[in-house]
Amino acid sequence: MRLSCPLCGPRDRREFYYYGSDDYLNRPHSDPQADASSGGWSDAWEDYLHLRDNPAGRLRDLWYHEGGCGAWLAVTRDTSTHQVFDVALVVDLKGKAGS
Amino acid sequence: MRYSGLKVLAQGVMGNRGWRPAWRTPAPKSEYDMIIIGGGGHGLATAYYLAKNHGITNIAVLEKGYLGSGNIGRNTTIVRANYFLPGNSEFYSHSLKLWEGLESDLNYNVMHSQRGLINLFHSDGQRDAFARRGNAMINQGDDAILLDREGVRSHLPYLDFEQTRFPIYGGLLHPRGGTARHDAVAWGYARGADQRGVDLIQNCEVTGIDIQNGRVTGVQTTRGPIRAKKVGMVAAGRSGQVAAMAGMRLPVESHILQAFVTEGLKPVIDHVVSFGMGHFYISQSDKGGLVFGGDLDFYASYAARGNLPMVEHVMEAGMTLMPMIGRAKVLRSWGGIMDMTPDGSPIIDKTAIEGLYIDCGWNYGGFKAVPASGWCMAHLMATDHPHEVARRFRLNRFATGHLLDEEGTGSQHNLH
Ligand SMILES: Cc1cc2nc3c(=O)[nH]c(=O)nc-3n(C[C@H](O)[C@H](O)[C@H](O)COP(=O)(O)OP(=O)(O)OC[C@H]3O[C@@H](n4cnc5c(N)ncnc54)[C@H](O)[C@@H]3O)c2cc1C
Ligand SMILES: [Zn+2]
Repeated sequence: MRLSCPLCGPRDRREFYYYGSDDYLNRPHSDPQADASSGGWSDAWEDYLHLRDNPAGRLRDLWYHEGGCGAWLAVTRDTSTHQVFDVALVVDLKGKAGS
Repeated sequence: MRYSGLKVLAQGVMGNRGWRPAWRTPAPKSEYDMIIIGGGGHGLATAYYLAKNHGITNIAVLEKGYLGSGNIGRNTTIVRANYFLPGNSEFYSHSLKLWEGLESDLNYNVMHSQRGLINLFHSDGQRDAFARRGNAMINQGDDAILLDREGVRSHLPYLDFEQTRFPIYGGLLHPRGGTARHDAVAWGYARGADQRGVDLIQNCEVTGIDIQNGRVTGVQTTRGPIRAKKVGMVAAGRSGQVAAMAGMRLPVESHILQAFVTEGLKPVIDHVVSFGMGHFYISQSDKGGLVFGGDLDFYASYAARGNLPMVEHVMEAGMTLMPMIGRAKVLRSWGGIMDMTPDGSPIIDKTAIEGLYIDCGWNYGGFKAVPASGWCMAHLMATDHPHEVARRFRLNRFATGHLLDEEGTGSQHNLH
């Protein structure tokens, strides 16, 4: 498997660290008032940390170009065929998380 | 038909013409008391114990392919009870005891072989951790022996003891650990369930779960709708898709795990050996093939095949540990889909939907769990109460903070 890093070009899978699905882009904001009553826990944290759509098909997930430029990448690919459709820089998605 | 040595002999003399299929091939009825989705090890064992322990026999197991086409026929067959955390420890201990009586219980040869499992360690810190694990195993009532370097050498003289990257300090021997024939486990449970009246429906994919007023009423399948009062979702790597039919999102991410087997060789590896630091483990099948594997490929995947980097990594680790296997030819490699949870431990629980139950999250350790998982899932579905040894395998434990993170690697699905 190869991923085309937008900064480095096509690179071998060995250069990348895998994190997980793009749920990790939706880090919940802390809400002091709600946190005070719930002990800091909310369904948003459950969604962010644990629950996954886990599709057999198209998925966008996060990879870190550890052995290259050090960028975090959002890779859109098919989990059944390993075909890669798109690789984007996570910084470019800022503010568009979950879109 | 009851199997026995005498039967084998008599059939041998008569040209083996008297054997009959081990289970029926019934058409699905329009309604059952209970439906199990998934005819893997866990689904079949659940049906078997529902019938045997609870007398519930109006059950169908719905399998989208053929029985045993999933991970139950793809794993590397290690059976052990060397877990550390309360919650896991008693569950796997219970499972190993069931394994020890399984063949006579099922009247089926599952080739359970307690050849001993040795987990190697390579530093003082690791030795301490393994000693502690061994004590936990002994406290649980299972067996563990801490071996020093010479102790390991006496069991495994063929390891490379001169290797300096991960020098062998010793190993934790679990004498009751070992292997079993994976398909035979599926077949034995299938036969036992069938004999007690359970309908095993193959080529029957569940495509929808019917829910009315918060209560399950049945399922939609490729062979028509089937009604049931209770439905158990036991779909291992495909649990996410099945649960989605009930509108649920699970704490599960599916990953690929590869394994390898060589050509048949004369007996050379007597134990199950695991080399955790190098991400490698190995045993020798009764046919003579060296069966070995390593870690996940680490990215979410439903392809039942992996990628080259992990193949290379596993081979390198094997060569580091036991250079003698370098000339064996690898015959096949394959992959299976692992239902990975954020703490590496499984789920056997009710869902928020009345009558709908789930058994999943077996990560890459669900083969050894088959007997106890079936036992406990059957108990849950029959009585609506969790079985004592599975009481911590709750679906909501991630939200409540009661994680069972055996390896202490944190809430990332692929790190367990
Ligand atoms: C390479 C490898 C090595 C492993 N090594 C070990 C080991 O050494 N020791 C150990 O303890 N564990 C091991 N495991 C893990 C173990 O194999 C699994 O955890 C376990 O088999 C999963 O449970 P199961 O047998 O019920 O799964 P499966 O056999 O996968 O059963 C699930 C079934 O559900 C069916 N299904 C899915 N969706 C539907 C649907 N919609 N409708 C109808 N049916 C459906 C599938 O077709 C499948 O047959 C290994 C796994 C792999 C892949
Ligand atoms: Zn890069």
